[in-house]
Amino acid sequence: MNFEELISKSHAFVTQYLNGADVDLDIDLFATGMVNSLFAMQLVLFVEKEFGFAVANEDLDYDNFRSINAIADFAARKLGLTVNA
Amino acid sequence: MDIQLSEKQQSAQDEFRDFVDRKIMPFANDHDKQETMPATLIQEVADKGYLGGLVPEQYGGNGMDSVTWGLLCEEIGRGSASLMSLFTVHSMVIQAILKWGDESSRERWLPRLATGEIIGGFALTEPNVGSDATAIETNATLDEGQWCVNGQKCWISFGQVASLFLVFAQTEGKSIALLVERECDGFSSEPISGMLGFRSAMLANIKFDHCKIPESNLLGRPGFGFSHVGGTALDQGRYSIAWGCLGLAQGGLNASLAYAGKRKQFGVYLNEHQLIQALLTDMITQAQATRMLCYRAAALKEQADPSVIMETAMAKYFASQAAVKISTDAIQIHGANGCSDKYPVQRYLRDSKIMEIIEGSNQMQQIMIAKHGYQSHVMNERRQAERAKRETK
Repeated sequence: MNFEELISKSHAFVTQYLNGADVDLDIDLFATGMVNSLFAMQLVLFVEKEFGFAVANEDLDYDNFRSINAIADFAARKLGLTVNA
Repeated sequence: MDIQLSEKQQSAQDEFRDFVDRKIMPFANDHDKQETMPATLIQEVADKGYLGGLVPEQYGGNGMDSVTWGLLCEEIGRGSASLMSLFTVHSMVIQAILKWGDESSRERWLPRLATGEIIGGFALTEPNVGSDATAIETNATLDEGQWCVNGQKCWISFGQVASLFLVFAQTEGKSIALLVERECDGFSSEPISGMLGFRSAMLANIKFDHCKIPESNLLGRPGFGFSHVGGTALDQGRYSIAWGCLGLAQGGLNASLAYAGKRKQFGVYLNEHQLIQALLTDMITQAQATRMLCYRAAALKEQADPSVIMETAMAKYFASQAAVKISTDAIQIHGANGCSDKYPVQRYLRDSKIMEIIEGSNQMQQIMIAKHGYQSHVMNERRQAERAKRETK
């Protein structure tokens, strides 16, 4: 999986949660109040299933989840991918 | 969706049923009247390895799959919803530690939770805080490697006997989840009696008065207590409750089928009266629909699919309503006998009502489920529009 795929899959997941709204890749999902705690848990399960690694205690940092780009960056780091976007 | 039980699951179900029929069913009404759960029975379910059902084998548990755990909850729920609530909260603590504890926390707590040496309790609700869990008033401050906890929690299942509580608090405006041992100085509990249902669930109000907790007892990180640690625990709780409600529903149905087959009115058995058949038909169908939702949640849980959270919420929502409806009809079929404590159906109804309130009231489930439905609708419309656009080209 490359970084573009991480972005694409993360974008599709977030878009589905936000009723199909077109979300900018850098928009802060939590600060704008677009998502809630239910989304936070669904996001953990999505990342674990889709990208194939466990989200652990030390990963609990909003900087890892606050935007689509942040989610993809986080996944890329966990997967040891080079970010070239 | 495959709902065929494996040989191992079938064998486990037979064992659970036999245990519940012999050790729980005959005594559940008495426990309900006495508003207590004998320590010997708790020890017995612990000795059977049931309390450690969700603990992986590497930590000394049974490592049950989602269906087997569900089957266990169904049978325990059929026998005693109060005892079922122990399985619910105990497994919520286990799941929270399993997911958000570090390795030393898992090694420290899980083996003892698996054997029942430690009984887990879930401490979220407060006198002023129910559904709005973000408004928690219990406070914790970190000072020299220790959390100092002050506050109170209410309606805590098995709060009279639990030895390790998963406690939600605020620290500097952020939500945290802490493991608090009963033995800590400043901890106190007060038994609750006179409840509508869950009478033998050893309910208690608990207080923390400057309780000093090791810093390492924090699960997750500040800011993630309710959303992630609580979210994990509550999802597990709703899953267990859905299956427990299936057991309540099946219990009410079983009692009604038995009663309608042995009591005569107007010269024929009740089950030959068409209006009784109508009631039984609805009960059978509701129980079967509940079972399907529970199995669907189990399948998604095994796959760790993100949709499991919503599907579990739906299962809990439907199952708790079905349990209320079925136990209400069960009382109707039993007539005055059903209102007597000589029969279990009155207990089923009282316990079912509690199920509509706990681990997220059904009104909170409705908000979640309706929103989810709208999301799915919008995304389906969008996909159809994109497909039509492609076909036009």
